[in-house]
Amino acid sequence: MSELDPLLLSRIQFAFTISFHIIFPSFTIGLAAWLMVLEALWLKTGKQIYADISRHWTKIFAVSFGMGVVSGVVMSYEFGTNWSELSRLGGNVIGPLLSYEVLTAFFLEAGFLGIMLFGRERVPKWVHFFATCMVAAGTAISAFWILSANSWMQTPQGYRIAEDGVLHVTDWWQVIFNPSFPYRFTHMVAAAYLTTAFVVSGIGAWYILRDRCMPHGRIMLGMGLSLIVWLAPLQLVIGDLHGLNAREHQPAKIAAVEAHWETRRDAPLVLFAWPDVKTESNLYEIAIPDLGSLILTHEWNGEVRGLKSFPVDERPNPVIPFFSFRIMVGIGFIMIALGFTGAVLWLMGRLYTTRWFLRAMVLASPLGFIAVLAGWFVAEVGRQPWVVYGLLRTADAVSPVPGGSVAASIALFVIVYGIVFGAGVFYMGQLVRRGPGQTPPVPEEADPSRRPLAAAGAP
Amino acid sequence: MTPASMDMAQLLPVFLPLVWAAILALAVFLYVLLGGYDLGLGVLFPLAPSHRDRDAMMASVAPFWDGNETWLVLGGGGLLAAFPLAYSVMLPALYIPLILMLLGLILRGVAFEFRFKSSRFRWAWDLAFAGGSTVAALMQGGTIGAFVQGFAVTDNKFSGGAFDWLTPFSAVTAVAVLSGYVLLSAGWLIMKADEALRDWAYGVARIALIAVALFIVAFSVWTPLLHPDIAARWFSPGNMVMFCPVPLLTAAAVIGLWRGIAKRQRYAPFLWGAAIFQLCYIGLAISLFPFIIPPDITIWQAAAAPDSQLFMLYGAVPLLPIILGYTAYSYYVLWEAPETDTYH
Repeated sequence: MSELDPLLLSRIQFAFTISFHIIFPSFTIGLAAWLMVLEALWLKTGKQIYADISRHWTKIFAVSFGMGVVSGVVMSYEFGTNWSELSRLGGNVIGPLLSYEVLTAFFLEAGFLGIMLFGRERVPKWVHFFATCMVAAGTAISAFWILSANSWMQTPQGYRIAEDGVLHVTDWWQVIFNPSFPYRFTHMVAAAYLTTAFVVSGIGAWYILRDRCMPHGRIMLGMGLSLIVWLAPLQLVIGDLHGLNAREHQPAKIAAVEAHWETRRDAPLVLFAWPDVKTESNLYEIAIPDLGSLILTHEWNGEVRGLKSFPVDERPNPVIPFFSFRIMVGIGFIMIALGFTGAVLWLMGRLYTTRWFLRAMVLASPLGFIAVLAGWFVAEVGRQPWVVYGLLRTADAVSPVPGGSVAASIALFVIVYGIVFGAGVFYMGQLVRRGPGQTPPVPEEADPSRRPLAAAGAP
Repeated sequence: MTPASMDMAQLLPVFLPLVWAAILALAVFLYVLLGGYDLGLGVLFPLAPSHRDRDAMMASVAPFWDGNETWLVLGGGGLLAAFPLAYSVMLPALYIPLILMLLGLILRGVAFEFRFKSSRFRWAWDLAFAGGSTVAALMQGGTIGAFVQGFAVTDNKFSGGAFDWLTPFSAVTAVAVLSGYVLLSAGWLIMKADEALRDWAYGVARIALIAVALFIVAFSVWTPLLHPDIAARWFSPGNMVMFCPVPLLTAAAVIGLWRGIAKRQRYAPFLWGAAIFQLCYIGLAISLFPFIIPPDITIWQAAAAPDSQLFMLYGAVPLLPIILGYTAYSYYVLWEAPETDTYH
């Protein structure tokens, strides 16, 4: 084998491309649902302000959605280009799930996106509202199938293994609604809604601070906070239930997340440590005695398995799961605190005038993205060394491609994604700065008669 | 087991792969048709007469590109689901062209959103749109060529090298598909553009048609030389009669398109172009059937478990007509390219 290891490189490439991709669905799932609510409010109340906000955010949606689409197409091919053995052995199971995602979600989104972006003046209002609903439904259905496929790979059931090693489905219901799926799906959708709510309310707060588009900013902040205040605490509950489920089905992942090496009934809650794989112990540990058992098992002296109880070649490396988990949970608590503070200020009638809080909301606007990425790092690194948990090792799933090809493709992905991401963030920022309900300045060298047709280019 | 259920158990593994081969063939054909005119516009983009025309070209497809590309995703996802062995052999074999295609699709896809937001860097997004479309079209053509050539397989895994796909044959198919896409996009512009741009598109269509006709003749000779089996299939006496409508109809479609251009017809050129693609596609199917990984693996050998294929079929049968329905509605509603004025 050459020095370039296709396995390691394929893992790096997948991690990079999927991390880049997940940013956009995390935003558009919630945004599509919010746009649907705004349109409904507009249809019901007839207030122009809802139409202004929805028009403005539709343009931001278009940019984000476009980046999600193009980076998503990559994912559906990487299963074959880089993980062909997973496809060959697991294709009977994950193939139909992904195909149902295309048939029930991608086409729905793509078919109605055109009408949503370009059809406002061409179809009756209710048809446009319907198109927005279909796009929103498509994003949620897409999450349903992809989370089902991912969850099945984490907690497989409803299958049998044929003599040639190929997996066959014995029960589709068990495959789709596998043990971790309900937790993962609700956890991810709630995360997407929270991510969007923090972006929307953060930008609303920014308008208020800048004394621009005040009425719009207030609606954004108010609607965002009214979601955050109950969803952020609920997300903690969902996450906790998800943790209990993972402890049952993926105990090695939980041991890694908690940096527990020994199996004990009085497991501590490790707040900080550097988990050292060589010595199989924690360096610089700061821990609260006994609290780990309570949180993980909901019992005072529940048994918590440590990493040492698993064979060395069936353990994930705990460093990334341990730290990612703490980042995610830390952000979760910040979100709860901001939601609570916002609610109190609102009850006191000081929400829109408390500048320190508005500034905090502006700063918090990207937190959801970081939490989503951290959460996925926990899920995906924590399940190693398995790609299908307990059945197929990541090392056995890789394609027969030379490392040089993968190294070259990583370099190209980094360059292209870097440009696309930088430009996308810049243009979305430009749209945000322009603000809702404003006619944009005519670009200097704009063509007089028929300029922009891309939806986001239009006011 | 009752006799009827025994029959089903025996028939499903025979019929389901045929059904899925047909569904995937439809998905890929729709992609070639819709993605073809879409990518072709990108190829023609830098050659367009004016700035205004470039804007119009992009506007004509802006509401549709995402839907067009979804057929490609269905092709990929459907191949994984219905023929996992074919997917797991072909995609590593085609690693380089597929990654380049994906990168091309990314750059040209985001250009739809970014181009109109930028005045200083509009040239860069023009370049991304044209370059990305051209690379994607060439790589798709190269992929088809490599597919016809076949892949080295050992123990159900691709066992060839990273550059096996790149041969004189696949290099020529790459250019051939590119010309075909240009022909489709010229037909698209003839339907949709204003008069000046339409005039230009008629000229483009004529050149592209000549190129496409020459490529068709070339491949009709070259492909049988590549595989003796293909030659035997086309040129055995009985088959020659049975399959002769394909080349004859192709010739008729080429002539029809030529006359359509000469008579300045509005819709005929695109439709004739689609017919040419359809016939080439049927010709390819005749050459390769029943192999999905030429020259060794058939659709039956590569098929997913009957249960998996059946499970998907329950969804695909009702969903595909619905998808085609709302796609058609979206084309109908957004047929006239949106103008800036509607938004001001």
